[in-house]
Amino acid sequence: MIHTIAFYIFAAMVIASGALVIMARNPVHSVLWLILAFFNAAGLMVLVGAEFIAMLLVIVYVGAVAVLFLFVVMMLEIDFAEMRAGFVKYFPIGVLLAIVLVAEMILGIGAYSAGALHLGTADGTGAPLIGESNIESIGALLYGRYLFLFESAGLVLLVAMIGAIVLTHRERGDVRGHQNINKQVRRRPDDATVNTRPEVGKGIEL
Amino acid sequence: MTQPSTRAPKWAKGLNYDRGEAVIGIEHYVVVSSILFVLGVLGIFLNRKNVIVILMAIELILLSVNINFVAFSAFLNDLVGQIFAMFILTVAAGEAAIGLAILVIFFRDRGTIAVDDVNRMKG
Repeated sequence: MIHTIAFYIFAAMVIASGALVIMARNPVHSVLWLILAFFNAAGLMVLVGAEFIAMLLVIVYVGAVAVLFLFVVMMLEIDFAEMRAGFVKYFPIGVLLAIVLVAEMILGIGAYSAGALHLGTADGTGAPLIGESNIESIGALLYGRYLFLFESAGLVLLVAMIGAIVLTHRERGDVRGHQNINKQVRRRPDDATVNTRPEVGKGIEL
Repeated sequence: MTQPSTRAPKWAKGLNYDRGEAVIGIEHYVVVSSILFVLGVLGIFLNRKNVIVILMAIELILLSVNINFVAFSAFLNDLVGQIFAMFILTVAAGEAAIGLAILVIFFRDRGTIAVDDVNRMKG
């Protein structure tokens, strides 16, 4: 009983906050509704026993992506009043597209309940380990069978990081003490250091 | 699955009913994620003035895909769906970073983020 209530609460909240993300007048409010949507989606995932993905969703989305959005929204000073001007103009085509998508999904669900296609069953290699928690089963799978995919996911993140840095980096001539990497790499110990043997009591001239 | 009880409404024939009380099945999750997906697509089409909201709508779409993957992973008792959801999460994070970086340099250059003004690549 409590599962049912929890599911309906989470589902209603995730849909309501998803709707408010696209309806909110102020993009800052949109980001906050997006955070609420992520939290409730994490709740939906906990309900089916996928705790690890749920926690990952909260950490990655709320902790990183949503904060990134907040930073960008607040950094750019935009006149939000004139942002909504095209809303009415594009409303009919948007609703039409939404209706088409919903109709397709209803068709799919209807066809499923009329008699689903049988696409075979899972071969059991991805089945949860007996007696282990969700995170241990995922770890066994991720660091075993899917190790190379896991590493390539790291490469994706590396490329994204380098790309974001390269895109937003700009050379600024007015900042002093600019680093010249070529000059640093060319520098040899002979150019930089000198060995002297001064007499006692006399300093050296630099 | 138990026998459908007589109290079940006709439209809900495919759903699981236990002692007349609805049990949450895979259909419920599919419906939630479909609605979220449609909301995301609607957001892309309705906000023609603000690229940030379009990026957020893309995040909503990816979230709905993740809900679908996790629900089917639990339904089929196969953890590969959750592994795949993690990769989607990775790509979503990278996409948000790159998208917002492009947005920042575009704003620096043009002073606007309206979608209708993005026409520089037109020949």
